[in-house]
Amino acid sequence: MGLLDRLKQRLSKTREKLSDGLSALFRGGRPIDDQLLGELEELLYTADLGPIATELVEDLARMHKRGELKGEDDVREHLRSTLLARLDQAGGEYDPPADPTVILIVGVNGSGKTTSIAKLAHRFQNQGKSVLLAAGDTFRAAAADQLEIWAQRNGAQIVRAHKDGADPASIAFDAVDAALARGTDVVIVDTAGRLHTQKNLMDELNKVRRVIEKRLPGAPHETWLVLDATNGQNAIQQAREFTAAVEVTGLVLAKLDGTARGGAVFGIKDALNLPVRYIGTGESLELLEAFDPEAYVDALLGKHLGTRTSQGA
Amino acid sequence: MFESLTQRLNESFSFLRGRKELTEENVEEGLRAVRQALLEADVHFQVARDLTARVKERALGAERLAGVDPSQQFAHAFHQELVELMGPEDARLSFAKTGPTVLLMAGLQGAGKTTTCAKLAKRLRDKHQKRPLLVAADVKRPAAVEQLRVLGRQLGVEVFHVEGVTPPEVCKQGVAYAKAKGFDLVILDTAGRLHVDDELMTEVADIAKVTQPDDQILVVDAMTGQDAVNSAKSFHQRLALSGVILTKMDGDARGGAAVSLKAVTGCPILFVGVGEKIDDLDAFHPERMAGRILGMGDVVSLVEQAQEQISEKEAQASYEKLVLGSFTLEDMLAQLRMMRKLGPMKKVLGMMPGMGEMAKNIDVDDKQMNRLEAIFTSMTPRERLQPDVLDMSRRRRVARGCGQDVGAVNELLKRFKDMKKMMKQLGKLGLGAGLGSKAKKDTLRGMTDSGELASGEGGGLLGGLGSLGGAMKQGIGGLGSMLGGGGGPSPAELASMMGGGGARPSGSSATRKSGSKRKDKKKPKKSRKQKRK
Ligand SMILES: Nc1nc2c(ncn2[C@@H]2O[C@H](COP(=O)(O)OP(=O)(O)OP(=O)(O)O)[C@@H](O)[C@H]2O)c(=O)[nH]1
Ligand SMILES: [Mg+2]
Repeated sequence: MGLLDRLKQRLSKTREKLSDGLSALFRGGRPIDDQLLGELEELLYTADLGPIATELVEDLARMHKRGELKGEDDVREHLRSTLLARLDQAGGEYDPPADPTVILIVGVNGSGKTTSIAKLAHRFQNQGKSVLLAAGDTFRAAAADQLEIWAQRNGAQIVRAHKDGADPASIAFDAVDAALARGTDVVIVDTAGRLHTQKNLMDELNKVRRVIEKRLPGAPHETWLVLDATNGQNAIQQAREFTAAVEVTGLVLAKLDGTARGGAVFGIKDALNLPVRYIGTGESLELLEAFDPEAYVDALLGKHLGTRTSQGA
Repeated sequence: MFESLTQRLNESFSFLRGRKELTEENVEEGLRAVRQALLEADVHFQVARDLTARVKERALGAERLAGVDPSQQFAHAFHQELVELMGPEDARLSFAKTGPTVLLMAGLQGAGKTTTCAKLAKRLRDKHQKRPLLVAADVKRPAAVEQLRVLGRQLGVEVFHVEGVTPPEVCKQGVAYAKAKGFDLVILDTAGRLHVDDELMTEVADIAKVTQPDDQILVVDAMTGQDAVNSAKSFHQRLALSGVILTKMDGDARGGAAVSLKAVTGCPILFVGVGEKIDDLDAFHPERMAGRILGMGDVVSLVEQAQEQISEKEAQASYEKLVLGSFTLEDMLAQLRMMRKLGPMKKVLGMMPGMGEMAKNIDVDDKQMNRLEAIFTSMTPRERLQPDVLDMSRRRRVARGCGQDVGAVNELLKRFKDMKKMMKQLGKLGLGAGLGSKAKKDTLRGMTDSGELASGEGGGLLGGLGSLGGAMKQGIGGLGSMLGGGGGPSPAELASMMGGGGARPSGSSATRKSGSKRKDKKKPKKSRKQKRK
């Protein structure tokens, strides 16, 4: 099964909902009118597109006035190309350029950082690279244990403190140090979840970053923000604040295996131009996909496959 | 982002501010801005739509109030609607009468369950003198058990876990262990799960089956977007949720999910998590939350200015409508909410004249009231205003919306009909006119009081209705049949209405009698005081 198919399958819940809705809107040959556009806007909102939903529908309304929209296919095609244009950017699979490549992982509490790190390690290892994990979450109870269990499952190396409350920056420093000494290919640094509104914790994160850079100029090569796909518009605020604190360079969108669609990434691209690197689609190691904008948008809007409809009789 | 939002709201409100009247057109303008604000705050679109429609009704329907700026009136309507939707303020858990109280904590991955379990253990130990046992039933996420153990150690609370058995078994043994060792509170920390994961949803339902929790609590991240509705619905279907806890409120999420959650589950939002420390758990305040969701401090203060004047007048309008005018499901809901604002049903009953005795013998179930309210909130405003449109397919949708069966919806509609009939009779008898002005004033006071019943000279809403009943020789029975059964009011009926059908009355005092006794306005106040002792 190709990647696109798999992604489509994983996003099937998303797709069914939205395309069901899209098709359902036009069912019975309904003409495009204000009412229909209003319902379309609401459908787009459910994907957490936020105000972009309104913009898209306003576009459609203008086009409709000019007589440019014949029916469902035109609407779908316009949405597809617009959404794609709003995403199209250098994201997707990451090829670690340096030895070692250091990737700093940040995000709010519980967004999926540690699990995503385990999956990333798995992925890089499958590409024949050696991976070292830095247990930089010294705050949350048993966070280092959690990462260590993943490291064991993966056969990855780990640098961790053995007591709580250790300085995360010094763990990161030691990790980079060890990677340099051992010739490890990739270092992934876990950090404690923190809300982007907490200034002192954001400063702490900035310090982690600076210490890494000090040990290895040019590092961290990437700083990825792990977003919970079930989050709504606040994700944009998260991206803003984390970028301000540690120069985020990319996104990982976790928990796309539910019914949430993570549409906030469109708003983030708008505001900050951050590419999505990977998506998380489950709790086990292999459930990480390189982000493919086409597949994502197609999966969001994909043609109704004639499976079922929730709209009833 | 937030500035521009506030700006936009200010613009539309200042636009309104200049106007003398709230017209369809200028209200529309304001509504659009607020709807946008709601959506940016992650309120589910359907909920936002219903809400704006209701506010529109409210704003247009309301008479211009002398001395109140139309924009204030409008802002107030919005704020009020949100507060009503999310309220009442209610941080009570049901504690078991015998044996340990069991709390089941469930939710999506990463919502904050484990931390919240520890916070609850501490709070209930410190404030309610409970002796808690934490049960670690998340065997899925690496080191989740260890995480709870660390927290337990910090707190000095024992953590129970058994290796190598299924989560339902861990929980079952945990409850048995608590019984054996004399713990009077068991908090079950379950693994995070997706609502679409059938296997895991069955597992959590199994945990509930084998442990029979007193409270089943959904833990939700305050940053959740539109999906809050989907997940809450599913959890509500699989579990008998009794409350919601909103976590990570110390961030800048506007927290619109709170509105969606309440609308979908009808469950009270019990607590909010406001930080990573074990003490960071607060009671939920609908008023504050409404301000946060609307994101408009200035407007909220506008609201506060207007509050006094408006609530008095609004209550009068609604009262007159109730007694004299057309009666809709919307009114019935308003009545239900007003009743609920007074406090837990048992307490309300206790405050009713002559009902104190009976209340003691009745097991009234607030959960049932939640369910009742959920049916109402699953209807569209139009359905509530024109109940006749509720055909079978709409009823089915409503039932789906609130996660109950159509029977429950039908039952409610039947009660509505009965109540409406009674309203008509009251109207015919010229009751409105016959009402003493004093009683009327008491009634209004009761309605406007948001927290406690009748701050002043007792009576309040219930007192008012009581004396209304006294005049009618229908007494409390009138109120009983109003919300409950049809014709002859009996204690059982009254109770079943109060409990939304799930009450088990065991008293036998005649309601009529107690109703006609209601002459002395000091009574309810006294019984309330007694209750506090
Ligand atoms: N269904 C699903 N669950 C996920 C995914 N990614 C992570 N999770 C789960 O989300 C929960 C939190 O994940 P963690 O990786 O511990 O999140 P974190 O950001 O490291 O959390 P903190 O360190 O506590 O801030 C765990 O139960 C994970 O199993 C995903 O893509 N899909
Ligand atoms: Mg972590």
